[in-house]
Amino acid sequence: MTMSWLWVAMLALALFCGLLNGTEDLGRAALSGAGRAVELAVGLTGSLCLWSGFGVLLERSGLRAGLARLLAPLLGRLFPTARRDPETLGALSANVTANLLGLGSAATPPGIAAVRRMRALSRSDGATDEMCRLVVLNTASIQLLPTTVAALRGSLGAAAPFDILPAVWVTSLLSVAAGLGAAALLQRLWREKK
Amino acid sequence: MSLLIPALLLGVSALALARRADVYGALLEGGRQGLELVKSILPALVLLLAAVELLRASGAMEALTRLLSPAAELLGIPAEVLPLALIRPLSGSAALAVGADLMAAYGPDSLVGRTAAIMLGSTETTFYTISVYFAAAGVKRTRWAIPAALIADLTGFAAAAACARL
Repeated sequence: MTMSWLWVAMLALALFCGLLNGTEDLGRAALSGAGRAVELAVGLTGSLCLWSGFGVLLERSGLRAGLARLLAPLLGRLFPTARRDPETLGALSANVTANLLGLGSAATPPGIAAVRRMRALSRSDGATDEMCRLVVLNTASIQLLPTTVAALRGSLGAAAPFDILPAVWVTSLLSVAAGLGAAALLQRLWREKK
Repeated sequence: MSLLIPALLLGVSALALARRADVYGALLEGGRQGLELVKSILPALVLLLAAVELLRASGAMEALTRLLSPAAELLGIPAEVLPLALIRPLSGSAALAVGADLMAAYGPDSLVGRTAAIMLGSTETTFYTISVYFAAAGVKRTRWAIPAALIADLTGFAAAAACARL
């Protein structure tokens, strides 16, 4: 529902501002945005296929189970239900590891696999507490190596492109903590209506 | 970094081969799943980017920037990076472009440039992630995922501005 409200609000705001500013090409803007989404998806296809393949390989070789054992004590705290299901825990472990390595596109397939599995187990079309926590973890971006930004800084002539690392870590930690804190609070206020 | 991905691919493939797994078959099967994934996230992407493009073309982004800059200053976020903070949760590529512009205009080692870089490095494309994850899994009611993620983003932006001053 939130997405529906947001969608209507964004459209209303755009139309209002467009009328106020006398922007004439709003129609073309909407269509070009839709077109860019397809370009983006096509651009993503290669890395999504490669990383999905990598994910299956990780699973078949038994490496994912090892990773899951390694991360279980930590992830189990945030995802107590998921911890009991090896399939979900494996996907979660791969997702978190990819995020830490700064491989955002590699994090997407296991992240989606984890949400799908959680959804199948919860038998409801509403987001569970643990799904929301997973999304917060992914949107707050826990990254050890922000390589894209460092490369950008380097290309623009920064003295030491990687000297923002400590600041990035502190910022990521603070925002993850705030997100999880907000999640813990909202989870109590926002009970699912049965 | 340029070695991380090939090294990771080789390492895991070699280990899997040593364990007698069908390496090539697993990669192919996963690739097919990846293709399915693209299909399931595309509709959400179309809606999101259509809305983003409308907000930008209509001048709504600029209006929001002007409206919100006093509040941002209160949090210690320089008004110059506010357009970046607004676009960051919506579009990763647009955020990178806005960030690069800021770094080029103010210098990568200036306060604005550093704040922009830290913001880009420590936050994610929130709405993209939420819509893609939930659309692909068929989750309809997102409950408090969006508010919680936005609180995390806002904290990240304020912390980025504070850390850049150190």
